[in-house]
Amino acid sequence: MEAKLGESMIRAVGLRKRFGDFEAVRGIDVDVRRGESFGFLGPNGAGKSSTMRMVAAVSPVTEGELRILGMDPATDGPAIRARIGVCPQDDTVDTELSVRENLYIYGRYFGLPRKEVRARVDELLEFVQLTEKANAVVDDLSGGMKRRLTIARSLVNRPEILLLDEPTTGLDPQARHVVWERLFALKQQGVTLVLTTHYMDEAEQLTDRLVVMDKGLIVAEGSPLSLIAEHSTREVAELRFPVPPEGGSHAPMAAQVEDLADRVEVLPDRLLLYTDDGEECVAKVHERGLEPAATLVRRSSLEDVFLRLTGRTLVD
Amino acid sequence: MSFATHSVTTSVTRSMARSLGAGEATRLLLYRNFLAYRRAWWIFLTGFLEPVFYLFSIGVGVGQLVSGFEFNGEVIGYASFVAPGMLAASAMNGTVLDATMNFFFKLKYNKLYDQMLATPLTTSDVARGELAWSLLRGGIYSTAFLLVMVAMGLVHSWWAVLVVPASLLIGLAFGGIGMALTTWMRSWQDFEFVTLATLPMFLFSATFFPVTAYPGALRWVVEVTPLYRGVVLCRELTTGMVSWASGASLLYLVALGAVGLYICRRRLDRLLLT
Repeated sequence: MEAKLGESMIRAVGLRKRFGDFEAVRGIDVDVRRGESFGFLGPNGAGKSSTMRMVAAVSPVTEGELRILGMDPATDGPAIRARIGVCPQDDTVDTELSVRENLYIYGRYFGLPRKEVRARVDELLEFVQLTEKANAVVDDLSGGMKRRLTIARSLVNRPEILLLDEPTTGLDPQARHVVWERLFALKQQGVTLVLTTHYMDEAEQLTDRLVVMDKGLIVAEGSPLSLIAEHSTREVAELRFPVPPEGGSHAPMAAQVEDLADRVEVLPDRLLLYTDDGEECVAKVHERGLEPAATLVRRSSLEDVFLRLTGRTLVD
Repeated sequence: MSFATHSVTTSVTRSMARSLGAGEATRLLLYRNFLAYRRAWWIFLTGFLEPVFYLFSIGVGVGQLVSGFEFNGEVIGYASFVAPGMLAASAMNGTVLDATMNFFFKLKYNKLYDQMLATPLTTSDVARGELAWSLLRGGIYSTAFLLVMVAMGLVHSWWAVLVVPASLLIGLAFGGIGMALTTWMRSWQDFEFVTLATLPMFLFSATFFPVTAYPGALRWVVEVTPLYRGVVLCRELTTGMVSWASGASLLYLVALGAVGLYICRRRLDRLLLT
């Protein structure tokens, strides 16, 4: 391996993307290092996909500097694309070809020799557990299988950077876990992963470092844990209560438990207690004689961090 | 499951992936389309049969009632007059099918080109490769049609061998323009315009009767249609009455194809590289 660990794979300075009057990316700085697993988080319309398309060298940069593997996408598009893998959000596979043909012809688009591609296809079918479906028509595949095929296809050229746009959106839990498992295996092998996601748990599973994007800007940056530590708590205890009569509020109840959590949020049908130990918090709530209709302890999610970052939560 | 034990990607061995040359990229697009059509080869037949049926119905059937036409100063039998027209039309049909409807499907529904552009392939590769495929289809149709003509004794000169490259030029013109216009299509309904353009050309481009039947201005309109140029070119070749008009037709068809290809590539940039 000629490249040193820690070498810059993707570097963006003041990166902007405009579509007519609309500015989708409004000046972001990103630096992704070799072997790192990097995430873009944010709601729809945050500018994640626009950023990914620029990085994939299929969308011209409006303003700012962008270097992929040290090359400029404006002039070295094909050379960059030869060395990266792209797994788009919607499973755009070639519906007129079989599973195997999809992988084979795609490998050939990368200029790989026939023999090499054939061996590679078998290996990848195995890797994403689609060997039995090799000759199936793509339309017959389930959503999870299509996603795995898309992932396999993005690996056909042994990419140094793998770009994944919402790799598990729309998948059922089983399929989601299979995908995570595969991506984790790739990460172990040293592939630089760059992914976008809505899901905090996905980011926690897969990324070393991430940025939260909102309205085209980066609003927070750090490791998943540091972001949660900084902007939310590890867990959230949800205490459900019947919706109070018109004009009423659960605020008085919140006052009773305020000291049990870092922060309490009052919603019409429940209280959210932001705490690092949800179970313990719920136990203490019960000790104080409060009887919620139901309780739920969950891990902090992107929504929690996000509500916090955009300043819409109640004061703690 | 032991996927972590064998290295599926990159870190150890550097990939051999690279950018492709133009010829190589074109061959790959042809191969991709061949793979896709292998499952639906019969679709290939329908476009070919239409002009053959016309040849039998009009050229042979109606031909019983028509003595023949004067062409480049000589009288030729009606079937010999109609057949090269149908050959040119079959090249047009074969090309237009792939250059419009199928191109649209791949562009808008299969998202095939978005997939290709995630690889070292470029929009030039896509435009060139797809045009080559439409050409190939048109070429296969007209070659088969030429064989039908030979079997029916409607070929009168060795010049006819050049009808195959000539039909490729017809394909080039119709493919280039067809693909370029298809990039503006919004829905399947818009393809009515394709029929609206090709059907009158098929009927009136001196295919079934000589262009001299038209009054001045109208005749001029007919003479600038690409199918008319193709029909005349094919007719001069199969009858062996080659004139300078063939050279003009040739340049005209190449120019149309080149302009179409250029516009198509520019439009793909706008549509796909946003």
